[in-house]
Amino acid sequence: MSFDRIQEKLKILADAAKYDVSCSSSGSNRKNKNKGLGDASKSGICHTYTQDGRCVSLLKILLTNHCIFDCAYCVTRSSNDIKRAAFKVQEVVDLTLNFYRRNYIEGLFLSSGIFKNADYTMERLVAVAKKLRLEENFNGYIHLKSIPGASDELMREAGLYADRLSVNIEIPTKQGLKLLAPDKNQADFLKPMQKVKNEIIQYQSERKIIKSTPKYAPAGQSTQMIVGATGENDLQIMKTSNFLYKKYGMKRVYYSGYIPISHDHRLPQIGTPVPVMRENRLYQTDWLYRFYGFDIDEIVNEQHQFLDLDIDPKLSWALRNLHEFPVDVNKADKRMLARIPGVGMTSVAKILQARKHRNLNWEHLKKLGIALNRAQYFMTCASSKFERKDLTAHQIKGLIQQQSTSKYRSNFNNQLSLFGA
Amino acid sequence: MIQTVTYDATFDGLLTVVFTVYELKLKDIVIQKQHQQQQVLFGEVLYVMSDKDKADRVWKKLKEKTKNKATYKLYAAFLSETQGVENIILQAVQYILASKENVGLDYGHPAVLKISKLAKSVGREKHRMEAFVRFKLTKDGVYFAVVSPDFDVLSLISNHFKNRYADQQWIIYDWKRNYGLFYDLHKVEVIHLEFNSNFDPTQTSDEIFAPIELEFQQLWKDYFKSTNIESRKNTKLHIQHVPKRYWKYLSEKQP
Repeated sequence: MSFDRIQEKLKILADAAKYDVSCSSSGSNRKNKNKGLGDASKSGICHTYTQDGRCVSLLKILLTNHCIFDCAYCVTRSSNDIKRAAFKVQEVVDLTLNFYRRNYIEGLFLSSGIFKNADYTMERLVAVAKKLRLEENFNGYIHLKSIPGASDELMREAGLYADRLSVNIEIPTKQGLKLLAPDKNQADFLKPMQKVKNEIIQYQSERKIIKSTPKYAPAGQSTQMIVGATGENDLQIMKTSNFLYKKYGMKRVYYSGYIPISHDHRLPQIGTPVPVMRENRLYQTDWLYRFYGFDIDEIVNEQHQFLDLDIDPKLSWALRNLHEFPVDVNKADKRMLARIPGVGMTSVAKILQARKHRNLNWEHLKKLGIALNRAQYFMTCASSKFERKDLTAHQIKGLIQQQSTSKYRSNFNNQLSLFGA
Repeated sequence: MIQTVTYDATFDGLLTVVFTVYELKLKDIVIQKQHQQQQVLFGEVLYVMSDKDKADRVWKKLKEKTKNKATYKLYAAFLSETQGVENIILQAVQYILASKENVGLDYGHPAVLKISKLAKSVGREKHRMEAFVRFKLTKDGVYFAVVSPDFDVLSLISNHFKNRYADQQWIIYDWKRNYGLFYDLHKVEVIHLEFNSNFDPTQTSDEIFAPIELEFQQLWKDYFKSTNIESRKNTKLHIQHVPKRYWKYLSEKQP
């Protein structure tokens, strides 16, 4: 292959793909077979991190950045004056294998602009995955984008070679989508999700009867929403997210703070900071829903349409629900332990394990690594010393913030800084 | 009187020490690696010779008393090479063997908690090595990587790489401890290599490495650069995930 040509294409098509935040390589249990190449790691591996601190796990590229659509929020929109390029199927296969052999990556994340039509594009994505699996005996991770509008037959084939399929909903509300991508329709995104979900269920049930049934997208499907492009609130975002988890069995919903890339008057202008703090709070809420047993409307609801930026959503919930506390760490069930601010699921597991042997006091909890600066106001343990005063939510919040050092703290601090930061 | 017990620095050797402690009913001992043994002014030094059978008996007993997870942690903690880890392991083992119940994961016990913390650090280093190993293709068609892990983790990553790179020959060499793993398409072996005095493990010299190697390193570096989003720059987070001490062997971090 011609090095210079590949180098140029890689620069263009990696640059165009980077706005897709998903880089997960976990959740697949594909094993190396017949002494081939690759073995998907169940927990995923980040091989390096970009300078913005994001995990690099997969070779994330577009097959091409030619696109017939003109979505305002997208850098490859047809009206944008940028360099365009397209990989050949074999070129992507070679890059993937050679990067993988050097332990740079866990596999490939292949997406594409839509050229000609949906089927034509999807066919080429599938061709890459098929070649890797069947001709090269590659057992690493493959994530393919589902192209809205592609035929059922192609979608079925895609799932047989890919570990994960995804289609990005991008704009959380219908109105927002209408404004920014008038040629697109939310139903177009949802149809492939439904298709993938049905196939996964069908293949799983067949596998129960016939063991040799091939796996269909073993790492499931995911999607992404842009945050902060169209003025939606956190309640709308989390409602949409919750709908996607429940209705389509999503493994992950990603939230991507909008990065200004155009002078379009419908969007935040270039130079507007990326809403990273808000993005972080949305992910925390997502975690509370998926791992901590919270319902979304406990966190965001009509009264609280936006998440607090200065404190995390669990603490915020706890302060609104002080009647649920204090929790006795030596007696409480797992569900309630997980609701104590400052106690994560790892700590919950440690507490459950350690209290089998003895009643825990503050000293034990500290050694287990519990974030007592937050947790102490919400729990009791085997000690007579605990917060006896009836503190109000406002007082607790103040005490916790006094003791905490957050890298975002400067964003909320109105005090004058004498010596600068 | 505190007695010093030395052993050959292997895990089997340490398990043999444990066996000996029970056999001779030793109390108040300090366990040291033989080559690191300090001068002892008073008292005698007992050298315990590694004995596979005795080691296996201790290991088997531990597996009966506790879960695999707990025994794995004992081994991982040993690999941390932390000063004095032998005595902590001894304390944890004595506690586990003396208890009727399974206390291998009783984090309320100081030795068990310490073991768990050490094992966690070692586990993190193991995971980092699975991520940060960078193979370079030599002219002989072997994929060669140099690492200098904080802890002695090669034995923990051997299977991962064997399963993953089943169709290519590879070497992962621990530069700090001067030994490596070599996979010859059938099995993994421990090897010791002699390097020319001018060999620099951070460089890719064209004497040793295939011409195409530098091209792929360049493509990887380009990719690393292109995939970054400038407006989200967060150097602190970046360094937290990829600490600087690992940069010297990372192709994407070469100038």
